[in-house]
Amino acid sequence: TRFMTGFSSSLASVSSQLRGVVGLEIHAQIHATSKLFACSRVAFCSPPNSSVAFLDASLPGTLPVLNRRCVEAAVITGLALNCTINRKSLFDRKHYFYADMPAGYQITQQRLPIAVNGSLIYSYFGGRKRNQVLSRCVRIKQIQLEQDSGKSLHDDQRSQTLIDLNRAGVGLMELVMEADMSCGDEAAAAVRELQLILQTLGTCQGNMSEGQLRVDANVSVHCPGEPLGVRTEVKNINSARYVARAIDYEIQRQKKVLENGGIIVNETRAFDSKSGTTIPMRDKEGLQDYRFMPEPNLPPLFVYEDEASVPAGVNPTQVVMIDRLKAELPELPGVRRARMVDQYKILPEHSFTLVNEDGLTEYFERVVRNTKAEPRKVIGWVMKELLGNLNQQSLKLAQSPVSPEALADLLNVLESGHISSSAAKVVFQEMWKAPEKAVEQLVKELDLGLVSDREKLLKICQKVVDTHPEQV
Amino acid sequence: MLSLSIGEVSAALRKGRLSATELCRRCLNRIRKTRHLNAYITVTEDLAMKQAQEAELRLTRGKPLGPLDGIPFSVKDNFCTENIETTCASHMLRGYFPPFSATVVQKLLDQGAVLVGKTNLDEFAMGSGSTDSVFGPVRNPWSYSVSYREQSREQDPDSDWVIAGGSSGGSAAAVASLSSFMALGSDTGGSTRNPGSLCGLVALKPTYGLLSRHGLIPLVNSMDVPGIMTRTVHDAATVLDVLQGRDEKDSTTVESAYSPSSLPEEFDVRDICVGVPKEYHAPGMSAETLAQWGRVVALFERAGARVKEVSLPHTQHSIVCYHVLCCCEVASNMARFDGLQYGHRSKVDSSTEALYATTRHEGFNSVVRSRILAGNYFLLKQNYDRYFVKAQQIRRLITEDFRRVFQSGVDVLLTPTTLSDAARYSDFIQEDNRTRSAQEDIFTQPVNVAGLPAVTVPTALSSRGLPISLQLIGQSFQDMKLLTVANWMEQQLDFPIIRFHDDTDQERECKLGS
Repeated sequence: TRFMTGFSSSLASVSSQLRGVVGLEIHAQIHATSKLFACSRVAFCSPPNSSVAFLDASLPGTLPVLNRRCVEAAVITGLALNCTINRKSLFDRKHYFYADMPAGYQITQQRLPIAVNGSLIYSYFGGRKRNQVLSRCVRIKQIQLEQDSGKSLHDDQRSQTLIDLNRAGVGLMELVMEADMSCGDEAAAAVRELQLILQTLGTCQGNMSEGQLRVDANVSVHCPGEPLGVRTEVKNINSARYVARAIDYEIQRQKKVLENGGIIVNETRAFDSKSGTTIPMRDKEGLQDYRFMPEPNLPPLFVYEDEASVPAGVNPTQVVMIDRLKAELPELPGVRRARMVDQYKILPEHSFTLVNEDGLTEYFERVVRNTKAEPRKVIGWVMKELLGNLNQQSLKLAQSPVSPEALADLLNVLESGHISSSAAKVVFQEMWKAPEKAVEQLVKELDLGLVSDREKLLKICQKVVDTHPEQV
Repeated sequence: MLSLSIGEVSAALRKGRLSATELCRRCLNRIRKTRHLNAYITVTEDLAMKQAQEAELRLTRGKPLGPLDGIPFSVKDNFCTENIETTCASHMLRGYFPPFSATVVQKLLDQGAVLVGKTNLDEFAMGSGSTDSVFGPVRNPWSYSVSYREQSREQDPDSDWVIAGGSSGGSAAAVASLSSFMALGSDTGGSTRNPGSLCGLVALKPTYGLLSRHGLIPLVNSMDVPGIMTRTVHDAATVLDVLQGRDEKDSTTVESAYSPSSLPEEFDVRDICVGVPKEYHAPGMSAETLAQWGRVVALFERAGARVKEVSLPHTQHSIVCYHVLCCCEVASNMARFDGLQYGHRSKVDSSTEALYATTRHEGFNSVVRSRILAGNYFLLKQNYDRYFVKAQQIRRLITEDFRRVFQSGVDVLLTPTTLSDAARYSDFIQEDNRTRSAQEDIFTQPVNVAGLPAVTVPTALSSRGLPISLQLIGQSFQDMKLLTVANWMEQQLDFPIIRFHDDTDQERECKLGS
């Protein structure tokens, strides 16, 4: 027994030293009018098989034609993520049989992708009270262009599979994030930051529930300093809030397995949101050999630095130029956050929330523009009163009954000394309920106006004194 | 009339000496009469007559669309034709009606040419005899020619008929039997030139990237080209001019730097240098083919052209390199045939995998299946470097061989097209498809490996009364220059027009002069 106790306690101490190692493979649907190699429309929620080009259905004799917008989206995304853009990249065929992949192969970029060696800086609320903004960096291994597959629905009752090819051939950017993360929170924050960046760039709408952004996690555990453990792949993470849960569950599961003396199997597991656990997926007949082969119908893809580097005989309007795209990059979230702190002297935590919530920065800045009140005062109202109400009633910012101008009005009234700050809070709640009423009107109705006229004040005081002789 | 060139018959149409509908009707009658050749899979009678009527209207108004307006043509059944069955001579695509036409087909139709039918081929263009089709083999029209029958000891043509070559045998038979004035074939390892040679036609394999492959059901994407079959070099040039050019639907097409639209008026053969590659003296080449080769070399020399022996040292590796790359691409290209979206679907439906397996087993013949298996083997991760990459490296060496020779001042190369004249079907099928392909493609496939243009020109009849032809190989995107030399060569040779016993005097002697 002493041996057993010693053994299990040493296992337990091993387990407590085990740390998670998390990498991510993210598929981002490119925001474009048409698909990667065909001119069928990219449509969400269209009737099944209503947006299928001949190529998407793999009709024999069809050939892929590269969509320029998709190349630009990949370059823009690569630039925003500090990647090296490969001036030459190649397309390959990845072969496997599946009903939603009509050609029997996917066109991807296995040998030489369009962008490599980038990085993503992300922040998240950490620390003991989770109110500290912590900053981390994850390396981006590569970004590659590839085709999305169609969708298959298994109808077990009738022993049939229904195929919808609307999604077949839509352009994807596959982003590979190195295993630089250690837990669910970090991974979730990295995903969130990527989502924000892609939405800011306009290269991907990033909606996970609509499948525009799909996250697979590679998870393993090890003791720091020792070699990496066997990893599993976790799929079927269908929303941002499941990213952390799925990964943390898997880390815990692996720790428990090792704690009990077991070993981790290299396998693919699906996240089951109902139970919050990961389940092994159906074994894909052992190791898959994808028989990669260069795509013979697509010559190498060249992108050029600038017009000067475009070779003679090539029409400059027919090529992608990096400097043009660089010049058009919008303000990225990280830059915006820093600017907000710098320009408005607000706290980093507040800046983080402002940039994190869709449209909140714009809201805040509109209020600031329309009011005499200092931004530092405005931020308090936005963080507490506005966000508080929205969260309480599960509303999105766009549904806020109080517009930025209305809030600015309120703050102006407060600044002028016409009402007290506690009164202002009351007025805000009334504004929320009755957005059609102007601030001044509400102040009057509620009789919350501060009196500052000396004469009037004297009269009131006198009245109070007169009506309460005993106290006086 | 049917043996006229496109140039001649087009002139007759424009001058009103002949009507487009009459011409079409004659071709359709000819198809019916030559059914025993099995050249056609689908005959588009109604469509052809309709197109001929439209052409006639334009011609009578004096507004032809071009030199091909009203000219009957046929298309190998691996080119997609909108709403016309396209089978690739395989069970897999029986009943498949494409919703679009191949670019090269559309270009011909846009010029007013009249489509009379889809022609027979080796299944999925795999073969060199047009003997492996689910519709049965194609017979070479020369099997029934006066020249062959006269020297044949057999009374019954059904016992000693000869093959048309492959894989575009049906297209060649159509043009050689005079039921079409031109035909589209495809050429991956010689599939247009081989049957062209055995059927005594002019068959052009253009430079890779000059003609669009959109709508051509692929065999080897990196080597396939649409091929042009006609009875004269001038006709081939006319068709080439219509078909060449960049297609935005095909990313492997290029706008060639300078692309003349016709053969030059003036040509002096003394300006050119003809190369004769010594490695092309292959064992198995017939004595008569060798003799013709020598004869034409002498022709060039006597006329004042420079002729020199050259070396293409990697020729011996070409056939293996070709087969490895061909199988790899085939395995990939055939992966889409699973019975789900189109084509044959097996009745077995116990699982998706079972459906795939039986569909593909039922749909493909053994030639196709064996190439798929070989290709998948070569593409396995553990084999990829040793087979696929190695073959691509050899490919580059072969391409360099040609480039070096052309750089040394050679304008064209002169070689045989096939080892001999057409074999008897009964002899040809003694060996399997793979063996025959390896043998017969020997002179033609290095050209595909290197992406160059080449044309076969008939030179003379053999002692068996069958065509012997020679091949000219040109430089990349110098297709018109190649045809210029071929045109000169054709004029020196005066190859006979095919004659059948049942030709009426009227048909034979009808020469509507220009």
